[in-house]
Amino acid sequence: MIRRFIPLLVFVGVAALLAMGVMQAPRKDLVPSPLIGKHAPNFSLPSLMHPHQRVSSTQLNGHWYLFNVWGTWCISCRQEYPELLAIAHTGIVPLIGLDWKDTRGEALAFLSTKGDPYQRIAFDPGGLEAIHWGVYGAPETFLVNPKGIIVYKYIGPITPRAWTEDILPRLPASATVAGS
Amino acid sequence: MRLTRLVLALLPVALLLGAPWARAIAPTQMPTAALEARYERLIHGFRCMQCQDESLANSPVSLAADMRRQIRQMLLAGDTDRQIRKFFVSRYGYFILFKPPFVWKTAWLWLTPGILLFVGAFTAAGVIRRRTRLVASDLEEPDPRDGLTGVQERGR
Amino acid sequence: MIPELGEFALILALLLAGLQALFGIGGPALRRERWVAAVNPAVAGQFVMVATSMGCLVTSFVQNDFTVRYVAANSNSQLPLFYRVAGVWGAHSGSLLLWIFLLGCWTVATAFGTARLPKQFSARVLGVLGAISFGFLLYTLLTSNPFVRLTSPWPDGLGLNPLLQDPGLAAHPPMLYTGYVGLSVAFAFACAALLEGKLDREWARWARPWTTAAWAFLTCGIVLGSWWAYYTLGWGGFWFWDPVENASFMPWLMATALIHSLAVTEKRGLFKSWTVLLAVLGFSLSLIGTFLVRSGILISVHSFAVSPGRGVFLLTFLVVMIGAALSLYAWRVPHLKSEAGFELTARESFLLFNNILLVTACGTVFAGEMAPIISLALGLGKLSVGPPYFNPTFLISMLPLLALLAVGIHARWKRGGLGGQGRTLLLTLAASAIIGCVTAIVIFHGRGVLAPVGMTLGTWIIFSSLIDPIDRLRRRIAIPRAVLGMTIAHIALGIFVFSMTAVQGFTVERDVALANGASARAGGYTFQFEGVGPLHGRDYGGSLATVAVTRDGHPVAVMHPATRMYWVQHTVTTKSAILFHDGNNILVALGQNLGDGRWSLRLQVRPLVSFIWIAALIMAFGGLLAITDRRYRIEHARAEETMGALAGGKTP
Repeated sequence: MIRRFIPLLVFVGVAALLAMGVMQAPRKDLVPSPLIGKHAPNFSLPSLMHPHQRVSSTQLNGHWYLFNVWGTWCISCRQEYPELLAIAHTGIVPLIGLDWKDTRGEALAFLSTKGDPYQRIAFDPGGLEAIHWGVYGAPETFLVNPKGIIVYKYIGPITPRAWTEDILPRLPASATVAGS
Repeated sequence: MRLTRLVLALLPVALLLGAPWARAIAPTQMPTAALEARYERLIHGFRCMQCQDESLANSPVSLAADMRRQIRQMLLAGDTDRQIRKFFVSRYGYFILFKPPFVWKTAWLWLTPGILLFVGAFTAAGVIRRRTRLVASDLEEPDPRDGLTGVQERGR
Repeated sequence: MIPELGEFALILALLLAGLQALFGIGGPALRRERWVAAVNPAVAGQFVMVATSMGCLVTSFVQNDFTVRYVAANSNSQLPLFYRVAGVWGAHSGSLLLWIFLLGCWTVATAFGTARLPKQFSARVLGVLGAISFGFLLYTLLTSNPFVRLTSPWPDGLGLNPLLQDPGLAAHPPMLYTGYVGLSVAFAFACAALLEGKLDREWARWARPWTTAAWAFLTCGIVLGSWWAYYTLGWGGFWFWDPVENASFMPWLMATALIHSLAVTEKRGLFKSWTVLLAVLGFSLSLIGTFLVRSGILISVHSFAVSPGRGVFLLTFLVVMIGAALSLYAWRVPHLKSEAGFELTARESFLLFNNILLVTACGTVFAGEMAPIISLALGLGKLSVGPPYFNPTFLISMLPLLALLAVGIHARWKRGGLGGQGRTLLLTLAASAIIGCVTAIVIFHGRGVLAPVGMTLGTWIIFSSLIDPIDRLRRRIAIPRAVLGMTIAHIALGIFVFSMTAVQGFTVERDVALANGASARAGGYTFQFEGVGPLHGRDYGGSLATVAVTRDGHPVAVMHPATRMYWVQHTVTTKSAILFHDGNNILVALGQNLGDGRWSLRLQVRPLVSFIWIAALIMAFGGLLAITDRRYRIEHARAEETMGALAGGKTP
């Protein structure tokens, strides 16, 4: 008579799933990006610093780079800012910014007071470029390899731990050595 | 100081609770009624990635507005619904669709109702087969009237 | 002092609930009559303590005691008294206390209701309720104590979530919880029967009114929630298959199945183990629903602010409670056998189909509800499930259910057959098909098959339900209350299906941008925008628009949709203007200022939507009417006689 145990067994299964759900709960807002392992979107946008120049993906191919989506209106971006400056200071990997849904004046004022960690900053006031990258909230940071493939995406403000544990190990040893 | 910290700690909660409720009412004129209908259908079918429990049509956040704009542009450029869906799915994953696609990773979900119905029909057949055999040996004749049980009938 | 008193009362309540569970479950098992006798006093004591605690929290709110953290976070000195009281259940901790308080009310009612039943049985029922109460009290005290003081009081509170500042929503949680919690009584009856190892028709008759009452409250709670969503959320949705909505809908489906299976168990002594299982599952789903809403593992617009610790505790409690009940089921179910038989076309078969289809529907909703969790857990990626999944899959089990209902209510018990109503039934089907198709195609100009089918089914259920009462009236036979209640509920379901079909098929929805004096058309009505003025509220400001509605040149009404900005919470809410006219529900929501004098507006015309809520309320009324049936009272009198005879035998 196994039949009488069926409800209990089904419930055990459901409870196990609920338990997994509880464990995942803190990360439920994070949506994994399907772009990982895919080619980064091709883009060509005006530069934030020099409105007449353009920042485009063709300039970036052939190098590792961190593509960081930010905006001065974004509180978490201010929070990660010191870490970005620290990353820029190591010189291991260049930071490319995407100034998202921002105004040029505010962004320039912010960079001049806080310092500028970026090698280049693309300016996307309309917000359509970010959609191509699958961005759904700032800050988001993509690690792109020399072939232009997105290797990793970090959602939320970058912490020192995220840098050493999640991003640095994904960079080739040569880059790490060269930088340090 | 402590008070300020508490208020600051609770503020995001209050903001979170409040934020999604203001609705986006975003009139858009498409050149033709057919495009308009497709636009409406599309924006109701995508989930807003920021507030996550509303469609692009109803979400007030600016990202949703950008996405609506993207859809509009693609429609005007002549993209098909399938192409537009593919564009968003390849960037945000299946999560952005309110309707899970029928692919092997989601097949279990779409098959569940059918499986349940099958199991139910199977069970019902078993029960009825067993019970019809018992009719002859079951001597009680229930009161045909509703709400009255055989017990009461006997008691009367 | 008062918050401390409340907390102290809560601790005492916890102890008394523990005793209630111990005496109630342990007493009959160990044959200790004194323990059994002590159950009722424990129930009374626990209730007094819970009520005291509830009273203390209400008092803290009424007195604006902002030294209490929960009060400070959910109230404000500007709030009128009504909303200060409603603030008690405005967030997690207080709503939990409300849950426990309502459980206390149900327990006391059960204690009175079962006073004339065998003592052991009554004790077991109350013992199980005590165990549930114990778990929730422990949960409250350990993770969500509403009486915690602030180390330094705030000058004023943060205020109540503006969305709750609405009479509809203020009443929604108590109603919904009354239904949720009421299912625990059916659960306790089931557990008591399993503990006793004996389940007969008497049991079903005792359990039925409780289940029906809980079901009726749950129905009202869901209706209130849906109505509230319709007019506050501003986008005119009344059911979104949101995880939180589903969490209340799944127990409702189970309770509906349970009501019908109890009917078979009472009448024929059949489906005993199934009925018990449904009672356990119904309450389990209300526990799982509570867990899903409060643990924050699902993405929903309604969920409470959460901390993971609460989820872990609630899950543990849920596993213990449901695990114990299902183990008990596995152990005792061989005792619940029946040798009754019935034919394929008998009423029993139809009710069996009813149960299977309702449980399938519930399983379908559950699969959709759990899909995001399951998909992540199995490494299948992140998934989202919305109305495009729920609507069609739900219909798969609902359409046959509705058709079978129209036929099944005429099927005779045991031997089957339609009792000579076959012809009448076919005639009503033909009439319904004509009405359904004409309404859908001619009046509403609908395309597709779903609308005529839905309208035909709805009409057929109404007509079919009327056959028997008309027959009885003609032959001057009295209709028992239970039958009347059932008939009313079924007719209401028919109305519900009919109007739901109309709403799904024929809603007109437009977003427009209008300048002052400009007008737009939707659903046969013309909406003329007459500008926006400022709005000054107690704790909010905002904009109030004026929209004149006309049809064929005749004025219909002037509507005033508004947006409110609550100062304290920095929250913008939409107050849609809603109008009932000629069976249509017209909703106008105000969007934002688009500049150069133009505003965005949402115009919606929904045919028959109000009948959805009215029908659901009538359904609940039918249930409540059925409870007042004579036979439940007769049974009490009879049980009293039996008890009297027993007592007489013992003490001469």
